[in-house]
Amino acid sequence: MINMKDFLKGSGVIQPIWVFVIVITVFFSFMSEYFLSIGNLSNILVQTSTIGLIALGMTYVMINGNIDLSVGAVLGLAASLSVGLQDYGITIAVIAALTSGLVLGAINGLIVWKTGVNAFIVTLGAMIGVRGLIFVYTEEQSFYATNFAFSDFGTSSIGPIPVLAIIFLICTLVMHLVLKKTGHGRNTFAVGGNPEAALDAGIRIGRHMMINFIIVGFFAALAGVLLATQMGAATPNLGRDYELWTITAVVLGGTKLTGGFGSITGTLGGVLAIGILRNGMNLMQVPAFYVLVILGVILISVLIIDQRLNVHASKGVSI
Amino acid sequence: MSTAAMNRNPPQAADSSSPVLSLIDITKKFPGVVALNQVSFDVRAGEVHALLGENGAGKSTLMKVLAGKHQPNGGKIILAGEEKSFENPKQAKKSGIVLIHQEQSLVPEMSVAENIFLGSLPLKWGNRVDWKKLHADSTEILERLKCTFSSRDMVSNLSIAKKQMVEIARALVFTPRIVVFDEPTASLTDHEKPVLYDIIRNLQEQGVGIVYISHRMDEIFHLSQRISVLRDGEYNGTLNTADTSEDEVTKLMIGRTLELDHASKPKDFGENMLELRNLTVNGVFEDVSFNVRKGEIVGMYGLVGAGRSEVAETIFGLRKPSGGEILLDGKVESIRSSHDAVLEGIALVPEDRKDQGLILGMNCRDNMTLSALGSVSSMGFMKTGEEKVVYDKYQQAMKIKTPSWRQKVGNLSGGNQQKIVIGKWLHTHPKLLILDEPTRGIDVGSKAEIHALIKELARSGYAVLVISSEMPEVLGVSNRIIAMYDGRVTAEFDGDAVSEDKLVQAITGQYVTDASGPVPAASA
Repeated sequence: MINMKDFLKGSGVIQPIWVFVIVITVFFSFMSEYFLSIGNLSNILVQTSTIGLIALGMTYVMINGNIDLSVGAVLGLAASLSVGLQDYGITIAVIAALTSGLVLGAINGLIVWKTGVNAFIVTLGAMIGVRGLIFVYTEEQSFYATNFAFSDFGTSSIGPIPVLAIIFLICTLVMHLVLKKTGHGRNTFAVGGNPEAALDAGIRIGRHMMINFIIVGFFAALAGVLLATQMGAATPNLGRDYELWTITAVVLGGTKLTGGFGSITGTLGGVLAIGILRNGMNLMQVPAFYVLVILGVILISVLIIDQRLNVHASKGVSI
Repeated sequence: MSTAAMNRNPPQAADSSSPVLSLIDITKKFPGVVALNQVSFDVRAGEVHALLGENGAGKSTLMKVLAGKHQPNGGKIILAGEEKSFENPKQAKKSGIVLIHQEQSLVPEMSVAENIFLGSLPLKWGNRVDWKKLHADSTEILERLKCTFSSRDMVSNLSIAKKQMVEIARALVFTPRIVVFDEPTASLTDHEKPVLYDIIRNLQEQGVGIVYISHRMDEIFHLSQRISVLRDGEYNGTLNTADTSEDEVTKLMIGRTLELDHASKPKDFGENMLELRNLTVNGVFEDVSFNVRKGEIVGMYGLVGAGRSEVAETIFGLRKPSGGEILLDGKVESIRSSHDAVLEGIALVPEDRKDQGLILGMNCRDNMTLSALGSVSSMGFMKTGEEKVVYDKYQQAMKIKTPSWRQKVGNLSGGNQQKIVIGKWLHTHPKLLILDEPTRGIDVGSKAEIHALIKELARSGYAVLVISSEMPEVLGVSNRIIAMYDGRVTAEFDGDAVSEDKLVQAITGQYVTDASGPVPAASA
């Protein structure tokens, strides 16, 4: 369905982030012989799946010209619900958790659509408010999963590949296809690229924005549930700063903050780049604080390079 | 204040013999176009010299040459006896040439004084702003302009007219010799205009030379001492305002021999496709009634700001009418959004294709199918093969020149971009096609192609409404012409039998209905 060339090609050129991913993969494979082992690679996929899942939804929202800062809080709430409601059965707990994500996403989207207040402000408010809801619900307590089926799921694998990694990859594929192949995907680009022209073309821009907020809310909640299964617990502070890591990954993947441009393949590259750097530097025993410094420097450098490349590309053919 | 402004006899120029500024034989070429061909123009100290011409006649190009934004290919600029060549706007400004634009460039959340001295705030020891001097100097300038507001007022609280005065005050910081007003009254109400006129007279008394660009005859005859006319990039004569009439000026402006292709206009009309009955949007336009029949091209002619685009936007569901009815195909419809409009079979090719018509970062094919994704998808999934078929069809039919459908629309020329917008709407199979300024900023060749296309579409049964500020365009394509002035329909003419003078009168508010002029509104 997707060949490798198309996969790496975003809009006619190989995405810079994938060049970067390949370079650091080669680099770390020389620095540590353990790096390329199946065990470590699955490890990277599991570690990146949390941020990765949210980033899939965030890509849609950002291409659409918006942003969602509340994803970390939504993740925390969903995680707490999925563990805290286990007395009613795992199924109900998980459904409740995922529903919370859908509902909060819908509320964010509805406010942005109907009031026209900037998404940054609306979701900043949601980030603070939802975090408050977590504390109201948990009374500042951590919850521990009593049902072992729940925590076993997070560590299970099919063959050598962990289930969480499989879920992440399947979601990535689906989201890639929806963005590339559906009318909703096309309209998401159109609205982000030029809202006024999209409106004039008869596109219902509000609906598409709301759908995308619901999607990112769902993925944040899904990531929360899966993270809880991994840990067999949920803490009230779970997911703090995740919105920043998510946006970092999406932007590294070439999605523009101004909207109208981006791709799921790029986001996958961005997520992997962060995961590989953290994992690789960890293997090289780089102290954790330096890892953050290096990640910050790399984020800015990649964006500078990307900007230079884009300036070059935009001077292309003009008829 | 207003009595002085309405005085029909403006003060005589202080020194009526020697011009303070002379532009001699200015020629400006752009690739493929001669925008100005040996145009000469001069301004005397203390004089208002009106510059007239249709859109595209070269007025703004000439002023851009004067202000250093364009460098001429030939000719001389002589300011106060010295030959000058301005390489950039800053040099022109330093020599005392100031342009006051329609669109304003003020910082709304700053005080009037800060805006007047923006970029040149007076400083005192320690690089601190000298607020005392700032406000004293600003107050002095505002007093010279007889402004009623304080230098400490916030710009965002001022009316548009007062903002314009701040803009003018800013010009006075540099002791100007020449001030160019480009359509200064476009955003002013009738109530605010006299204030502007007073300021202009004030500048005159100080010996400043004024260039006044406007379409409005009444203003020009109020204010100016001389009138110069440009036509198609050529100088077409200068008249003394006192010795001329509006008729004479109008003739100079439009006296070209029009190559009108009346024969190719559509001829067979069907039933009413669109009918407006007393359509009103409060404060924007009032009581607009007209109809467009199947197979007919109706031109809507008027000046910028007359309410034409707003009427189109209301038909298209982007504005909410406060009164009146819209009938489509004989039925009253309420169109609440652009989405409704598309479903009803209305297409709007907007005025500003870059801001409203296209997603510039998207490729040609995707832009083409944007308004009718449903037709090229099933179950929500795009069928890219069919999209390509649609794209190829319109690309060939309209001869859109692009190396590939993958080309970003932002890289195409204006004419090709406009064809993509038109193609996008044709693919929605509309019943009513509205084109707002369909050939603005498009070269002559593509212009003719688009005009031919519009006629062909009407012949194949579309009802077409063309909004334009260009008289040759309106006359060349329309079966009927609706003239608008100041939010009202002032007249309706037969497109083949109207005189240009009458049209100009109708859109400048001078038209008085007489028996021979307008045809009665066509009925279904």
